[in-house]
Amino acid sequence: MSGYLNGLLALLCIDVMFAYGVFLPVMTGQINLGGAGFQALGGYVAAWLATTYDCPPWMTLPLGALAGAVAGLAIALPLARVRGVYLVLATIAFGQLVTGLILASPSLGGAQGIAVPSFVGLPVILPLTLLVIVACFYLCATRLGLAMRAVHDDEAVADLMGVSARAMQVVSYTLGGAIVGLSGALYAHQFGFVQAQGFDETLSVYVLLYVLLGGVQTAWGPMAGTCCFVLIPELLRNVLPGLAGMVAAIFGLPIGEVKIDDSWRLVILGAFTVAMMIWRPQGIVTRTLIEHLARPLGVFAKRRAA
Amino acid sequence: MLLLQQAINGVMLGAVYVTMAVAFTLTIGVLNFLNFTIPALFMVAGMVGWSLVTNGLPFGLVGHLHWAPALLIGIGCAVVLSVVIEQLSYRFLKARHGDATEHAIPLVSSLGFLLIIENLVRVRFGTDMRAFASPFQGISWNLGGILISIPQLASLVLSLLTVFGLSALLRGSKVGRAIRAIAENPEAAAVVGVDVRKIVPVVFAATGLLCGLAAAIYALNYGEVAPSMGDDIGTKAIAGMVLGGLGSIWGAIAGGLLVGLTEAFSIQLFGSDAIQASVWGLLLLVMILRPQGLFGHSAIGKGKF
Repeated sequence: MSGYLNGLLALLCIDVMFAYGVFLPVMTGQINLGGAGFQALGGYVAAWLATTYDCPPWMTLPLGALAGAVAGLAIALPLARVRGVYLVLATIAFGQLVTGLILASPSLGGAQGIAVPSFVGLPVILPLTLLVIVACFYLCATRLGLAMRAVHDDEAVADLMGVSARAMQVVSYTLGGAIVGLSGALYAHQFGFVQAQGFDETLSVYVLLYVLLGGVQTAWGPMAGTCCFVLIPELLRNVLPGLAGMVAAIFGLPIGEVKIDDSWRLVILGAFTVAMMIWRPQGIVTRTLIEHLARPLGVFAKRRAA
Repeated sequence: MLLLQQAINGVMLGAVYVTMAVAFTLTIGVLNFLNFTIPALFMVAGMVGWSLVTNGLPFGLVGHLHWAPALLIGIGCAVVLSVVIEQLSYRFLKARHGDATEHAIPLVSSLGFLLIIENLVRVRFGTDMRAFASPFQGISWNLGGILISIPQLASLVLSLLTVFGLSALLRGSKVGRAIRAIAENPEAAAVVGVDVRKIVPVVFAATGLLCGLAAAIYALNYGEVAPSMGDDIGTKAIAGMVLGGLGSIWGAIAGGLLVGLTEAFSIQLFGSDAIQASVWGLLLLVMILRPQGLFGHSAIGKGKF
């Protein structure tokens, strides 16, 4: 496998894992706009342990995940009594606080970042990502997952049925924090370098959009959304400039060199977001879509009859 | 003496945050909508002003503009853009999906608009920071060893006057009463004859006006604009709004000034690297100890958003 493809696949895996970590709070009707802070935390814990104590990756990865879990618990628990938009604002504050603290501590390299000595490649990242995906699918099928879904659909009714909405939210932030923390630790080991500026608010926004546009009704959504928005731009980066040049040539437009840079990619992501919110706010993959696709296979036939 | 000087710098710095925080608090208080296009409106006003000064009007109509009309046009652009976004996103989405929406549809849509606007400006003007030639830099007033920058003082007064005027309008005028009625309960307001469809754009126009004003103050005092200028200022304005309490105009004023003060003192005490950590640390602390903020009442921002 070529180096380019290898790197792309590793980045995709890390982003997919990140997206599942952001997906869990969304499952309970909350929004995590501080995902980058959780990832920075996991990445820096791993990087710091690896540089100062020479910890091998099999120690740094779980500890990075643990740091994310503790942070998720620490943010959700005291704020369990506030709700709605306050918890969103608290996650923004948390993300900013983490990168702010890193920038302010010279022992963590400040704005320079840390170089990470030990390398973790795709043979570790891919199985771990698959594990996270399977775990999330399994979670959706368990009683806990159903309870989380119930809180998402109607908090008051879920509470009435004996599901503690607060507990579900705390659990979802904790599990989500662990997953995002793990993705950060993997990021640190894969790219060998972490820098606080790489984990800014915009990253949180992008990943949240991947999740919401992918669809949050099923566990397929985060994967679909992330693959769409990470892979398609990567393909377009090579195809689109040629295409634009062709169109320009046909109409005889005086466009010398068409440069498709990152800004256009984000304009398209934004436009797609606005369009999706108008026509399909539930996201690309929905429960009914899965049923439609699965019907020919006869997966749901028995359950329907029963 | 040094502390007093820092306090004054902090309050001056707070002028921009106050104006933006009031813009945030207005939409969240009246419409229960966290409007993420506000940083983009702020940036558009600044960049349009800069472009008119440096490049003149498009299509070569007039050469370089004087800073005052340029910034006024910039503010006008922010107002128009805000109302257009309201038509395209907020109104359209409410009409289409109703109030009981899948959560956060307007919020996510406004994130989409933020991406579109910021990156279109980046495509057009590049990502560099641009110098905005300010006519007032360096004029200051020496008051027994304490320097007070006159333009900063004027900006603070201007932004506070605007906010007070706005608050008086909300309290006294017919439109203001209608806005407060919508904030209380949109259905009941509609029943007693408030034309919600006509009043909501007024809120968005006011948001645009406040953002434009904040951008003009920022450009004149700090002498620079950039396509990314909305991100940092916008998030700090959100911090100010939450500190003061959602939906409270007085809270937004106090919160904005508090963010400015925190910033100035943390530069003094820990150096400029610590700004982000102190502002957001303070915010998280306040959210844990007093979630409704300094002046907010806890009814706003609850439930589905």
